[in-house]
Amino acid sequence: MTLLLGALSIGLILSFLALGVFISFRIFHFPDITADGSITFGAALAAVLLVDGVHPLLATLAGFCGGAAAGALTGVLHTKFKIHGLLAGILVMTALYSVNLHVMGRSNVPLLSEITLATYAERIGEVILRSTASLNVLGWEVSVRDGSVFLLLFLAIAISGLVGYLFFRTSLGTAMRATGDNDQMIRALGVNVDNMIVLGLALSNGLIGLAGALLAQYQGFADVQMGIGMVVWGLASVIIGEALVGPGSLGLTITGAIMGSVLFRLMVALALRWGLDPNDLKLITAAFVFVALVAPNFLGELGKRFGPAQRARSSPGRSV
Amino acid sequence: MLEACGLAKTFNPQSPNEVRALNGVDLAVEEGAWVVVIGTNGSGKSTLLNAIAGAFIVDTGTISLAGQDITGSPEHKRAEFIGRVFQNPFSGTAANMSIAENFALAARRGMRRGLNWALGSDLKQAMRERVRSLNLGLEARLGNTIGSLSGGQRQALTLLMSTWLRPKLLLLDEHTAALDPKSADQVIRLTEEIVSREKLTTLMVTHSMQQAASLGDRLVMMHRGQIIHDLRGAEKRRARVDDLLARFEEVRRREQLDETAAEMLRRAYV
Repeated sequence: MTLLLGALSIGLILSFLALGVFISFRIFHFPDITADGSITFGAALAAVLLVDGVHPLLATLAGFCGGAAAGALTGVLHTKFKIHGLLAGILVMTALYSVNLHVMGRSNVPLLSEITLATYAERIGEVILRSTASLNVLGWEVSVRDGSVFLLLFLAIAISGLVGYLFFRTSLGTAMRATGDNDQMIRALGVNVDNMIVLGLALSNGLIGLAGALLAQYQGFADVQMGIGMVVWGLASVIIGEALVGPGSLGLTITGAIMGSVLFRLMVALALRWGLDPNDLKLITAAFVFVALVAPNFLGELGKRFGPAQRARSSPGRSV
Repeated sequence: MLEACGLAKTFNPQSPNEVRALNGVDLAVEEGAWVVVIGTNGSGKSTLLNAIAGAFIVDTGTISLAGQDITGSPEHKRAEFIGRVFQNPFSGTAANMSIAENFALAARRGMRRGLNWALGSDLKQAMRERVRSLNLGLEARLGNTIGSLSGGQRQALTLLMSTWLRPKLLLLDEHTAALDPKSADQVIRLTEEIVSREKLTTLMVTHSMQQAASLGDRLVMMHRGQIIHDLRGAEKRRARVDDLLARFEEVRRREQLDETAAEMLRRAYV
């Protein structure tokens, strides 16, 4: 149960990463690799502030802001200096590695003895349950800390998803979506495309920095290497989510990205539990993403072949 | 309304691909006029439109719109006053967004976009009315994505979108060139209806001599980055397709004469 709850909790935390990647890759069609650096930056800032005794909410907010700054920098490199998007992301990500080392002062900052959001979650749980004993959920023992952390994370991501959905239905959000869809048209409609891109990347990496800050507080440490390969996790979550919900409205795709993140962590946790060699983790990641990319088309073909009367679930060839 | 003086633009200067797209263009368009622009290939028709719209900054010359100098203004700032329909039916709309959302975007052309709801109910109502007037049956499908529509339908919607907020200047860049004859006809009729109803100042580039002869109240002919003919009033009304074709022929003949003359001079004096 602890394993399950742990996997789900990390899945929920990394949903913020998935949302961030969704914004840059899917809404802006911008191949943004800054994530590897901004998630660590968010974690580093939050960790250092927490050690200094700053309130966890402020520290987490700082993580968001740090990520946003990194994203804005990538945006500026691309729009003002005309550097290719992919390269701009790589530049910022590479620079952030050193920045993170400076911020943390060393390669790892432990947080187990600090007051973090996890501590607050535990306290809230204790107040609500009026006890510190562990719960009994369906026959399994669940500590108050694990249970309340999971529930609060669920609440946080649900609210964030809703806010994100509402935001992209506003004038500004709609203009952002149009920027990724047809920048020539939106420029002719009076939108400053450069500013949109910088704002969008700031938002995207802000969410990713937030994921980093939350992850550090959950796992009890911030490590300068924790971001490596994170953009792949985020992308895999988005793709798995799309395979789950299919082509649909914005709200559906946002929910899909969140579900994809949770499901992905769950599958990996289960695979490890059933004896998968941790060395094979990246291989399994690639295999999952491959299946997620291919399955919708494959199932669509099967549907067409065995049921001509049925409406085949055809999705136009999606390029990543 | 529009005053362009001494416009010049060279692409890829000092390189083997150098193109002097605009070579001293002076154009003054009165308010409410409909100017049709025709010209030989590479004459700079589309470049002129792009220069006015702000897709690039001209090398020399000034452009002013409604008395305001926009020569150095970036494209998105000029968009407040200019409505555009492009040649490519895919350029004027966002393919993966719904018809309603596209209109919502157009309804705020040139305005600050904030956290207000993009698709308000009064906007949806107004949208339904305007789209119904197109008689394309689209008013019931406002939630569908644009990508599912035909080229003609997209151009009709782009035209509606670009004039949703009354623009000071409407730029039409061969907007029926990529359509089949029937759709092109519908879009032209829609163009005529909107331009005459709103009394829009219009600059329309076309390849079609038929359109050039039958539309607009002024005709401008370009060649090699310059304006070589400017027909107004009665002269424009008199012009038929044959007259326009004859003028094109004359330009071609003049070109040939220039080449031979240069050759003769070279043989005589070099």
